Amino acid sequence: MTKHLQEEGPSGGDGRLDAEDESLLNRRSLLAGTAGLVGAMLMGPMRLAADATTEISPEDPTRVPGATPTAYGQRSVFEKAVRIPRSWWSSLTPLQDSHGILTPSSLHFERHHNGVPTIQPAQHRLLVHGMVDQPWTFAMEDLKRFPSVSRLAFIECSGNSGAEWRGPVGQTAQHTHGLTSTSEWTGVALKTVLQEVGMNSEASWMLAEGGDAAAMTRSLPLVSIMEEAILCYAQNGEPLRPEQGYPLRLLVPGWEGNTCIKWLRRLKLGRAPFMTREETSQYTDLMPDGTARQFTMVMEAKSVITSPSGGQRIQPGFLEIRGLAWSGRGRIASVEVSTDAGRSWRQAALQEPILPKCHTRFHLSWRWNGEDVILQSRCLDDTGYRQPDRTALVAVRGVNSVYHYNAIQSWHIAADGKVSNVHA
Amino acid sequence: MRNLLRNILTVALTTILIAGILWAGGPADQEQTHGYGLGRPATDQEVKAWNIDVAPTGEGLPAGQGTAKQGAALFAVRCATCHGPTGKEGPMDRLIGGAGTLASQHPIKTVGSYWPYATTLYDYVHRAMPFPAPQSLSPDEVYSVVAWLLYQNGIIAEDTVLDAHSLPGISMPNRRGFSPDPRPDVPKP
Ligand code: HEC
Repeated sequence: MTKHLQEEGPSGGDGRLDAEDESLLNRRSLLAGTAGLVGAMLMGPMRLAADATTEISPEDPTRVPGATPTAYGQRSVFEKAVRIPRSWWSSLTPLQDSHGILTPSSLHFERHHNGVPTIQPAQHRLLVHGMVDQPWTFAMEDLKRFPSVSRLAFIECSGNSGAEWRGPVGQTAQHTHGLTSTSEWTGVALKTVLQEVGMNSEASWMLAEGGDAAAMTRSLPLVSIMEEAILCYAQNGEPLRPEQGYPLRLLVPGWEGNTCIKWLRRLKLGRAPFMTREETSQYTDLMPDGTARQFTMVMEAKSVITSPSGGQRIQPGFLEIRGLAWSGRGRIASVEVSTDAGRSWRQAALQEPILPKCHTRFHLSWRWNGEDVILQSRCLDDTGYRQPDRTALVAVRGVNSVYHYNAIQSWHIAADGKVSNVHA
Repeated sequence: MRNLLRNILTVALTTILIAGILWAGGPADQEQTHGYGLGRPATDQEVKAWNIDVAPTGEGLPAGQGTAKQGAALFAVRCATCHGPTGKEGPMDRLIGGAGTLASQHPIKTVGSYWPYATTLYDYVHRAMPFPAPQSLSPDEVYSVVAWLLYQNGIIAEDTVLDAHSLPGISMPNRRGFSPDPRPDVPKP
């Protein structure tokens, strides 16, 4: 019984402490308090703060001085939500633990093709060449001097929910939908930089390449991305996280995540797509007839109930059904929720802000009476596109297209309150 | 020397900028090329060092050559641990076979069954493989291992010499297997 609060893993139950743990905690906090006071007399207040709050909470926080300021903040030691690494190439955002629409940078999903590089910003350069007046290079300091733009946008991996094509595989909302996250992205408009360099008016495609060990590369049609694409150096108010492309990444709002090339080091303008492996062998959608769709960029409207969701257990009585909806084509216009496997639907409330190409939070008040039910959500975007049910989606695309699965998600609530992933 | 060049350039740019201001009678028009005066011209060397993409036309292919025979040995040493002795066994991506499976319940997507362009194979193997040491192969080595992969897939003969001239001409079995995005494609309920 030497269990220590900090040693409790992320999957260590539902976060509640049992009675034994609690009494242990009190005893330890008393000891820590005494030690802290002695320590404070000897070593100053920093010591007290660290001992008293990062290891163990005092019995009564109103009777013990709190922590002093810190150089770079951390979340409460009691919060345990973490990304789940899926393998060496990705990790998933814990959507079931999220509130509002923003994803903390530290929980933004990851996808990389040969690891996260360490790049010195002072040495990083962006090369712009091909169909331009003259090849041109920018240091990070140059890029930061341009007029800046900023917006909230989701980024979703085109493989998000990909395992669901073949069956209800993911246990939690994190597993089924965790390859999407929302941040505020700040940088310089692509258009500004291309104008500065002097783009040839006949250029129609742009190759974007990363400075990682995969030299990750995609071709992008200029006419579609020119108005909205951003060369980003900041995320949620601070420089990009290394996993998100530090020091520079492309953002193409609403398009599949892999188009938003991270660790961006090169833009080459041309007349035709460059046909890299990432737009031929990968990120193409195989149809039942054996042909594949290419350059399927936009992420179509999708929603998921994050609470209650897979892996949770609910109690009878009032609860608020909560979830996220988003569309790569524009704003979410409405979200409907069904508590009877899609026989009837009720309008959910959309929470402000409701922004284009951005996660949108929805709510619906509900009372669970202990019956076996299936919960679903479906969304409509402002182009009139409605999120399809699984049967309709599979009827058109079969189950082998890997990418762009955006069918209605079903959560089954059993009589004992356990929530699980089903296909209904 | 560099500094001198840069100074000359800066003076030149500033002159142009001031001339622009006088001419326009106001602040420089920032819609103009180099209106912000940020960044600098890239040197030929800088462009050459990073300009590694290879287009379906063959543009970007370097000098050099190789055959499947030469590639076999290289594959065994540098690639087989991850892709299997014959390129089929894994544990990583299967590279060989799968012809005729794309419309089946269990499609096998490989270089032979799925890839539309042979040039892409040069581009990708050079930029990203072998996985632990990307961009470490010489042009001759890349041509050779690409030849071996195409030969094993039944696309070229064992003695076909691949180089910047022959590679773009190779027609891949699934060249016509791709179509543009037709979405939205799911009928409304
Ligand atoms: C240490 C393991 C490893 C070694 C060694 C290795 N590869 Fe790979 N290879 C991978 C991985 C992992 C991927 C998938 C990367 C991804 O999806 O981003 C891959 C992908 C590929 C692909 C693309 C497959 C497809 O259908 O998209 C080709 C082609 C390839 N490798 C060729 C080679 C060649 C040629 C060599 C030897 C010169 C080699 N690899 C050595 C791990 C390896």
